[in-house]
Amino acid sequence: MNMDLRADLLALLPELTLTAGALVVLLAGVGGGGRRHGGLAVTALASVGLTAIALKIAVDVSEAGRLFFSGMFVLDPFAVFFKVLFLLTAALAPLLSRDYLERHDYRPGEYHSLVLFATVGMMVMASGTNLASIYVGLELMALSTYVLAGYFRREVKSHEAASKYFVLGALSSGVLVYGLSLLFGELGSLDLAAMAAALGGAERTPTLLTGMALLACGFLFKVAAVPFHMWTPDVYEGAPTPITAFLSVGPKAAAFAIFLRVFLGGLEGLTPYWVWLVGGSAALTMIWGNLAALTQDNVKRMLAYSSIAHAGYALLGLLAGSELGVQSVLFYMLVYLVSNLGAFGFVILLESRGYAGETVADYAGLARRQPLAAFGMLVFLLSLGGIPPTAGFMGKLYVFAAAVNAGFVWLVVVAVVMSAVSLYYYLRIAMQMYLREGQEGEGAEVLAAPWTARAIGVCGVFVGIIGVYPAPFAAAARTTAALIGVTLP
Amino acid sequence: MLHDTLLSTLILTPGAVGLVVLLLLPRQADSAARWLGLLASLATLALAALAWSRFDPANPGFQLVEQRPWLPQVGISYSLGMDGIALVLVLLTALLQPLVFISSWISISQHVKGFIASMLLLETGVLGAFLATDLFLFYVFWELMLIPMYFIIGVWGGERRIYAAVKFVLFTLAGSLLMLVGILYLAYLHHAQFGVWSFAYGDMLRLNIPMGAGFWGSPQLLLFAAFALAFAIKVPVWPLHTWLPDAHVEAPTGGSIILAGILLKLGTFGLMRYNRPLFPEAWEAATPLFMVLAVVAIIYGALVAWAQKDIKKLVAYSSVSHMGFIILGLFAGTVASTQGALIQMINHGLSTGALFMLVGVIYDRRHTRLIEDFGGLAKVMPLYTFAFLLATLSSIGLPGLNGFVGEFLILTGAFAEHPLAVALAATGIVLGAIYMLSLVQRVFWNALVHEENRNLTDLTWREALAFAPLALFMVWIGVQPGTFLRLSEAAVRHLIGG
Repeated sequence: MNMDLRADLLALLPELTLTAGALVVLLAGVGGGGRRHGGLAVTALASVGLTAIALKIAVDVSEAGRLFFSGMFVLDPFAVFFKVLFLLTAALAPLLSRDYLERHDYRPGEYHSLVLFATVGMMVMASGTNLASIYVGLELMALSTYVLAGYFRREVKSHEAASKYFVLGALSSGVLVYGLSLLFGELGSLDLAAMAAALGGAERTPTLLTGMALLACGFLFKVAAVPFHMWTPDVYEGAPTPITAFLSVGPKAAAFAIFLRVFLGGLEGLTPYWVWLVGGSAALTMIWGNLAALTQDNVKRMLAYSSIAHAGYALLGLLAGSELGVQSVLFYMLVYLVSNLGAFGFVILLESRGYAGETVADYAGLARRQPLAAFGMLVFLLSLGGIPPTAGFMGKLYVFAAAVNAGFVWLVVVAVVMSAVSLYYYLRIAMQMYLREGQEGEGAEVLAAPWTARAIGVCGVFVGIIGVYPAPFAAAARTTAALIGVTLP
Repeated sequence: MLHDTLLSTLILTPGAVGLVVLLLLPRQADSAARWLGLLASLATLALAALAWSRFDPANPGFQLVEQRPWLPQVGISYSLGMDGIALVLVLLTALLQPLVFISSWISISQHVKGFIASMLLLETGVLGAFLATDLFLFYVFWELMLIPMYFIIGVWGGERRIYAAVKFVLFTLAGSLLMLVGILYLAYLHHAQFGVWSFAYGDMLRLNIPMGAGFWGSPQLLLFAAFALAFAIKVPVWPLHTWLPDAHVEAPTGGSIILAGILLKLGTFGLMRYNRPLFPEAWEAATPLFMVLAVVAIIYGALVAWAQKDIKKLVAYSSVSHMGFIILGLFAGTVASTQGALIQMINHGLSTGALFMLVGVIYDRRHTRLIEDFGGLAKVMPLYTFAFLLATLSSIGLPGLNGFVGEFLILTGAFAEHPLAVALAATGIVLGAIYMLSLVQRVFWNALVHEENRNLTDLTWREALAFAPLALFMVWIGVQPGTFLRLSEAAVRHLIGG
């Protein structure tokens, strides 16, 4: 027993470290007038760094393939891959936020601390092998992000974002728990392996299928897939921009992690039933996300719809379900993370006319005044649009290849047509930057924000390297993929 | 050493210099950017000539082959190779690029750095697309061309440049993404039939692609359509041509030369390289359709060109007509007609490139391209008149110049199987002579009524320098076509036979 507890705690070492870090940041933020922006951001970064070391130690000392906390928690390569993604996001978040918080004069302590708590929740989600532990992680993440969305309390839009996010998020959590309870009633367990075993002989009763459908709806809400996407544009527009950036990658990737593990691990036996639900949603997501993005003049809203559309592409990998499919989702999450955070980094840099006033027209003539910044933004936009040789193209390649191989050619056709549409709105920004003349004194200046620029630089390096030489990253995603489920073809 | 990486060096030289120009040169270094661009394109030309000298025309297969694993898990490799078909197109590309820089030396004065860099990156994309022997790599280079061309039209173009640039991108992208689905499906078929993923061109030729029943039930017809649509938009085949006049009219002179001279050829090259050998039965089935489209394009393009008031638009529509001949030659499918189509691709690049260049010359002087604003230029600009006349005669296929060789081969090669199409296409030649010669008459011979035309300067030495190589090749191919036909003959025979 004692040995067990020791092993359990060791496996949980990264989460424990990050929780401690979050508490330190929280306490440090209270003293000194709460305005030590640089120090607190560095502390947050340092705790992410320590967590990365802790993760390395936990992986090294933990027994491979072992379950911890009575089968609630696992540290398999799949979980580790996602944890690395979350830590990357958590490391970029303070960099993106530091200058922004100072400019808008909000206290950094609670802010950074909440980001770290949300990250702890996401890490628990990635490791959960029981719907109960997954749900605990999910709620920790969700509650932290509700607060973060409303962190700029002097802004009405931020309030609106937080209230909408909270109400709809709570509703979706309710739906999820309801589905989970129905499944528990039918299958007698919340443990994914036990559920998969019970499914083998279980009759496909309406209750069971309703439970599965409700669970799927809850997950689709969390990844912001149509028709459960309504919260996304308002929340993304209203939240402080670095939080929007964080929300668009971290929680989305975490939701994909549990989606994959639950539906391919626990509920794989029900694939013939959920494949239409998820497939239909994927098609709608790609179509509506891209079409709606066309008409947006606010860059944050445009990127919100674009993030909806990207969830649709990633769902193709889940549908494919094969090893290649899982790998493609993981790889896509990495690619999307660096591309989207980079693009949001520029939105943050350019926000000069007060809070959330970022319109497409503000980019007019940027190439003239700031050629390097314009070129950087162009690279991220092309990556989001999936144009070679950027990372985004490679991500799409894997997802599409997996879907074609699994027989979803029609969905891939939808996806590529919508990719063509998406390029129109990404290029709208490029057009403003390069083809339009900015009026003198008009348009946003790139502010001197060295921390944000560093974060963008990191993303840019990743986008370039993955675009030209994706093999090692794809391979990293692959080693994890085989191991998530109970059985994979 | 260089032998092993000659093609890579050839492809990457312009792009690498382009990135250096874009990222490292200081903002105002216009002159340095121009010289670097010119030197890079001349180096590329030298490398292309070197590749020519090492090329064995008797060998129909790919030569100077390079292969490296890129994404081994899904069977993607970085593989390049050059056959006779690719060689002549590479030579055309490498020849036109420095001429574009010379002719744009003065006329591009805004954002010079960006222009040079876009052009060089575009050249890398074009060369890569001609030389790739892995379908995925081909697609990467194919898409790489899109963004530089978007900027070339959108930044340095005319008044409606943004509309034209967006239209260009959306047309091209819609086609090419469907091609991507086709490529993925081919790789999937390879996985299904041979157990491993592959995107290699050679592997694809071994696939057994079922014809099935009907259109929607036939994998081969669907794949043919996915590829053909992408290429037909690029050519452009009537009725997918509507982006072309907009793009040409708005693009700067250099952009038009590259667009007409090279980018359109990628469409016909793609049909030749991919559609015909990969989907032979579908090719047979689609031949009547493409014959009809080709004839319509020839006559429609000629009639619309005849009605134009703007010289550049006239040349743009004449491209639609001329590309129709090439399609006709390809689908007629004999060795002679295919060889004719290939040499006509070169000819069109030379003559239409020259015409766009010369239209740019008077536009720079008068800032108008309307035919009615000119007249009697022959007295004022004799050298220019001579150049324009030469390009015109080459374009309408006067014997002794290059255009004749291509049209003759296409029509004689196609006649046995498709006499009606040839007869109709021949009227296109007549129409071509009518609209081009009436253009020449209205611009150069009629009375000089506009006083402002009286003091126009003739071709400068720089403009003459940019035109001279084109004139040389027009005459060379016209008099001695064997030099060039010989390069591709083995490859074309192999294509038709296999």
